[in-house]
Amino acid sequence: MATVSVDLTVDARGLNCPMPIVRTAQAVKGLASGQTVEVIATDPGSVKDFAAWSKTTGNEIVEQTADGGEFHFVLRKK
Amino acid sequence: MNAMDEPLNLVLFSGTDDKLQAAAVLAAGAAALGKPVNVFLQYWALDAFSKGKIDGDHGLAPEAGAEGRAAVDALTKAGQASWAETLRQAKELGSVDIQACSLSMDLLHLEPEDLDPLVDGTEGVTAFYLNAGEGQVVFI
Repeated sequence: MATVSVDLTVDARGLNCPMPIVRTAQAVKGLASGQTVEVIATDPGSVKDFAAWSKTTGNEIVEQTADGGEFHFVLRKK
Repeated sequence: MNAMDEPLNLVLFSGTDDKLQAAAVLAAGAAALGKPVNVFLQYWALDAFSKGKIDGDHGLAPEAGAEGRAAVDALTKAGQASWAETLRQAKELGSVDIQACSLSMDLLHLEPEDLDPLVDGTEGVTAFYLNAGEGQVVFI
């Protein structure tokens, strides 16, 4: 799915707010700076939540798509 | 000082599962952003954190009604994490300190060993305000 290389994937499909962000934040803790994590979520709040999380933490959204109720993000650790 | 450095201070009073869930979501979201969280447990919220009761059914706020009960049950059935599990994950992720109100400990005849390990300690309201600093205080 991702067009950039990813180091880790978080499948957050079916998880309610705030679990997609919580799982992602947990996953990012284990990554080195510059590594990427791919997240697949179905929570409709995740688009705004990931934007806010990225802005606050400095972890950059490098890819973002939506397809049939699934939201897909690739984030690069600051 | 960055606004994200100031703690979020949640005062939990109500002991029903819906209000505790709403509080746990706020705590976990703040923890994911790297914002410190202080949780102060009073009255019926403290009772819900006692050992053996924490994973039980604590009912819902009166406004939930039968439809609210059904909606909450549907989310639980779909795999939504309980408020206690959400708080456990929030504590793993960030700085989340959960303190029991000492007055409520007396009221409910609770000793520190009666509380679930999620609770970090017991303090009075003065210590709560000191730790709250300039951060927002939210009463639930």
